[in-house]
Amino acid sequence: MSAPEKDIISPAGYRPAPDLFRILCQTASLLTVLMLGWIIYEILESAWPSIQKFGFDFMTTSAWVPNRERFGVLPFIIGTVASSLLAILLAFPLGVAIAIFLSENFLSASIRQTMRFVVEMLAAIPSVVYGLWGIFVIIPIVKAFGDWAVASMGDFPLFSGPAYGNSLLTASVVLAIMILPTITAISRNALASVPKTLREGAYALGSTRWEAIFSVILPTAAPGIVAATILGLGRAMGETMAVAMLIGNSSRLSWSILSPSGTLAGLLANQFGEAQGLQVNSLMYAALILIGITLIVNLLGEAALRHTQKQTAGIR
Amino acid sequence: MKLTSSWALCLSIATSLAFVTTGQSQQISGAGATFPAPLYQRWGVEFNKVQPGIQVNYQSVGSGAGVKNFMQGVVDFGASDAAMTDDEIAKVSAGVVLIPATAGEIVYAYNLPGVTGLKLTREVMAGIYLGTVKKWNDPAIVKANPDLKLPNTPIQVAYRSDGSGTTYVFTQHLSKISSDFDDQVGTDKSVTFPVGVGGKGNEGVTALIKQSPGTVGYVEYGYAKDNGLSMASLQNKSGNFVAPDIASARDTLSNVQLPENLRIWPVDPEGANDYPIVSFTWLLLYKKYPNAEKLKALKEFVNWGLTDGQSFSESLGYVPLPQPVVEKAKAALDTVQ
Repeated sequence: MSAPEKDIISPAGYRPAPDLFRILCQTASLLTVLMLGWIIYEILESAWPSIQKFGFDFMTTSAWVPNRERFGVLPFIIGTVASSLLAILLAFPLGVAIAIFLSENFLSASIRQTMRFVVEMLAAIPSVVYGLWGIFVIIPIVKAFGDWAVASMGDFPLFSGPAYGNSLLTASVVLAIMILPTITAISRNALASVPKTLREGAYALGSTRWEAIFSVILPTAAPGIVAATILGLGRAMGETMAVAMLIGNSSRLSWSILSPSGTLAGLLANQFGEAQGLQVNSLMYAALILIGITLIVNLLGEAALRHTQKQTAGIR
Repeated sequence: MKLTSSWALCLSIATSLAFVTTGQSQQISGAGATFPAPLYQRWGVEFNKVQPGIQVNYQSVGSGAGVKNFMQGVVDFGASDAAMTDDEIAKVSAGVVLIPATAGEIVYAYNLPGVTGLKLTREVMAGIYLGTVKKWNDPAIVKANPDLKLPNTPIQVAYRSDGSGTTYVFTQHLSKISSDFDDQVGTDKSVTFPVGVGGKGNEGVTALIKQSPGTVGYVEYGYAKDNGLSMASLQNKSGNFVAPDIASARDTLSNVQLPENLRIWPVDPEGANDYPIVSFTWLLLYKKYPNAEKLKALKEFVNWGLTDGQSFSESLGYVPLPQPVVEKAKAALDTVQ
């Protein structure tokens, strides 16, 4: 038997006619890139008067006074970052714990499958429903917790009073629930794809189940878990409706997580409909900053992912 | 045979549809203020029962966006709580006619279990939103309410976080009655108050008030009434405390002298029984419409709204326009060609 005359996988093996499929794919990816460029260009253009007027001060001042044409988004930048980080802080341990539970054989496969489905269903609930649910369920709980925290730990700046129902903490709790499915689903996939041989090896060396999970399985799945966290953080930062309904939309700076705060996405959602003149330009500038922050988060995530991949390369 | 009859049926449906869409039905589209949206949408439904050939579609996109859409000419009429500025009017080549269509009043709604009939003086009204009146048993509040048992708890302030005509009218009034407020906060559709929590929309502020005892906020009368919130009596220019209801707001509106362009805010009304924070909301029409059929349909709709339509106002929490205002609005409508 001689080898085939032509390698059918190499480009040389194709018919010389234009490859429609390849053209379609190339056009689609090119369009995506162009679309992003176009969006950023349009935002930059509308933001330009505000960028010229306020420059870098826009990001370091905390006045948002449309009727006096003074604009600065520092409180909203801090609110965006703080609410997302706090949400990650709450959602990460919970999400990874659920992921471990769902990837180990503690329960029968059918029950795990059902639970997995339920957790992933959380992602299907519309944002505005989370907002409403937060107003009627989470706010009273956080308010009660806040009153207690102020009474017992009020000297600590993070818990200084008075406690509000619509606060950074409320928004973060709801955000944490919203990003839980993202963290859980991706972490679970990472954990489930840890080679069976590693697990067997760990047991063979006399590990208990916990030792196997904490010293072998989790480190091996670390890159996937890091990716899950970064995706969750990205989702939390861009979340608009639920946060705008819960965070209290205040532009005052405060150390307390029980005080109202505001996020960039919430600011845009709140004010765009009725804005005019320089306010529109400034909102566009704020949008640009939000894109910038998200970009930085993604780059950091990419770096963290590579770092963990390198660190754990030996055990995979 | 069967085939032919079903074809005939299809044909007859198609022709009747064509007849409805081209021959009779006239679509009118409008966009603008969210505050009067429930009323305008109700008008659309009710008017369609009277005039089945005319369909009115109103989108509540906000006053600012409504004015923008109207200036771009993408809607047949606009609607705005802040009317239109002279600059904006000058940019519309077809000309603009402002028609006051309904009115609303803004109330101080509060949540203090066991306290009803709260009275707020002008100083307190501004002081609450400046953060200078901090507790419910502040001497200034106690002095005006000697019979009430006011708690020694902080006043939690709620405001609108989104840009809104409600905030515009509210801050306009406070700026007028308090120079401190004018200096520190000023008038706009979205302002920065030195205190409080922001809720999105009238419903957001209503939720804030309902949920936390000790909260006070400004909302449209209809929202406060529907949600069973307590509303404070406010001190007007002549020093009387007036409870918010449709009758007191109508008093205020009847005393308003409308100018030529029908654009006026009774910022600080002077009548003895006038409720102090009341505002019209306007429909924005072009002076000239190129399409005669559309013009006719639109005029019929607005005319109906100004007359029969007013009967739906009260149940939805709006203030029916007093007769003199209706007359002037109708006269303005007649100038539309």
